[in-house]
Amino acid sequence: MAMTTPLDIESIRADFPLLARSVHDTPIVYLDSAATSQKPTAVLDAMDTYYRTVNANVHRGVYYIAEQATNELEAAREKVRRFINAPSVSEIIFTKNATESLNLIVQSWGRANLAAGDVVVLSHMEHHANIVPWHMLVAERGIELRWIPLTADGQLDLTDLDSLLEGAKVLSVTAMSNVLGTLNPVRQLTDAARAVGAISIIDGCQSVPHSATDVQALGADFVAFSGHKLCGPTGIGVMWGREELLAAMPPFIGGGEMIRDVRLDGFTCNDLPWKFEAGTPAIAEIIGLGAAVDYLSAVGMDAIRAHELMLTEYTLRTLNDRFGDDITIHGPADPDLRGGVFSFAFKDLHPHDISQILDQHAVCVRAGHHCAKPLMKLMGVGATARASVYLYNTTADIDALAEGLDATGAFFAF
Amino acid sequence: MPGLEDLYREIILDHYRNPRNRGELESPPAHRVEGFNPLCGDEIVVYLELDEDRRITDIRIGGQGCSISQSSASMMSAAVKGRTVDEVSDLTRAFKAMMSIHESSLGGETAEPVELPEIKLGDLEALRGVVKFPVRIKCATLAWNTLAQGIDEALA
Repeated sequence: MAMTTPLDIESIRADFPLLARSVHDTPIVYLDSAATSQKPTAVLDAMDTYYRTVNANVHRGVYYIAEQATNELEAAREKVRRFINAPSVSEIIFTKNATESLNLIVQSWGRANLAAGDVVVLSHMEHHANIVPWHMLVAERGIELRWIPLTADGQLDLTDLDSLLEGAKVLSVTAMSNVLGTLNPVRQLTDAARAVGAISIIDGCQSVPHSATDVQALGADFVAFSGHKLCGPTGIGVMWGREELLAAMPPFIGGGEMIRDVRLDGFTCNDLPWKFEAGTPAIAEIIGLGAAVDYLSAVGMDAIRAHELMLTEYTLRTLNDRFGDDITIHGPADPDLRGGVFSFAFKDLHPHDISQILDQHAVCVRAGHHCAKPLMKLMGVGATARASVYLYNTTADIDALAEGLDATGAFFAF
Repeated sequence: MPGLEDLYREIILDHYRNPRNRGELESPPAHRVEGFNPLCGDEIVVYLELDEDRRITDIRIGGQGCSISQSSASMMSAAVKGRTVDEVSDLTRAFKAMMSIHESSLGGETAEPVELPEIKLGDLEALRGVVKFPVRIKCATLAWNTLAQGIDEALA
């Protein structure tokens, strides 16, 4: 990776208004960006300005602000295209979130291309959004699911990848685990899928916000991600798909915008991307997403990755040195193999209790199964506590986490 | 600002560290029921044995969860063993009233908070502080909801 200048953390943190607040009279320490990211003023201003100055329905009006709104929406689409190096804006479909993106792929591509007995390969570390829609298709038409197992340190076990992929139609995996932080070898996986004639779908929810994404270099056929995890608003997600596939897929949701013609006896579809964008879009959210992409691009995705790598090294070292056997941080030990997501077990304390005490210290971590119950079961736990970092976190945040864990251990010690 | 001592009374921590009635019962004849906390991360299994008089003759608790859900389940198991289904129903209502959860009346209006002072909650009083941490109320009521479901299923 190229050398990058360290982030100007103070300047970045000043861009995020929520980070200035206190909780329980203590400055907030937000370590749950894997659940949702905080928003910079640029994003908030963009959405507010849209509503104050050019709010009008898009693709419909001849009048000035309607044209402006349309231009801003389509400009945001181009920003997203550039952000992930997609070949064409026709391939950028706006959805509600990554979950909807994945459901769209399963329902539209899946139902048009998969029959009983067809094989879809997933992995044991997948998020429910990349499991449940496939289960629904199993129930509906009897497709078969296979699962890539995991190694002891939470990476994909690719020993039997070739036999798992034999005769498969689909490989659908996450680029980065939202529980273990594991970074998966996406190109190796998509190459293996392509070699057997399978399409590959990549869940980019944790990867796209945290490092540079090039969908062409990934070799994938579909990539899904959510806006709210990359400093954008909630309610907006992206499905990128190769144009050739999208053009052949039937529409997912029907209504206005996605049609060219509607008669009493039928309809014809609009061109891509609008074929998959029925009804009035989340215009403000799309514009907010565009502003988020601008913001992150200005900071630099390589610089963000370098910052998180530094924080990852710091976190693993600090927590392991301080707590030794009392803490188990799941996932690979090598910082280069993981992103800034840390699920951990601490003493024999339940994540609810850990996060309750940490909350008293204004430290925000997640407790639960992180929408990965099969993975939890594999790990032999009902739930984990999870801390995660982003461009606005510092080593001081990790120190606060360590202090909070100390206090947690002391509270429950007897 | 509610303090942790409101939530984590000593008796709660005692039941957490030394949960009563842990284990399993052969089912059948005992009835086995599972419950999951919507605040994800707690799971409970309740085994219960009812006799012809609709009395809980034995109960066991399994599963894994946080100190609030586990201690509530432990205290519940001690409180309901030997009680009839009707007594358990009263106790459940009283516990949930303490948790500020009220079954809405048939009339449909929002129920006024009504506690049931005639029903002795005993050790369960220790969980009163949970209401100051509303997110954890579901942890406290998990065992009770699961038990109620199990009783319904066993009597069906």
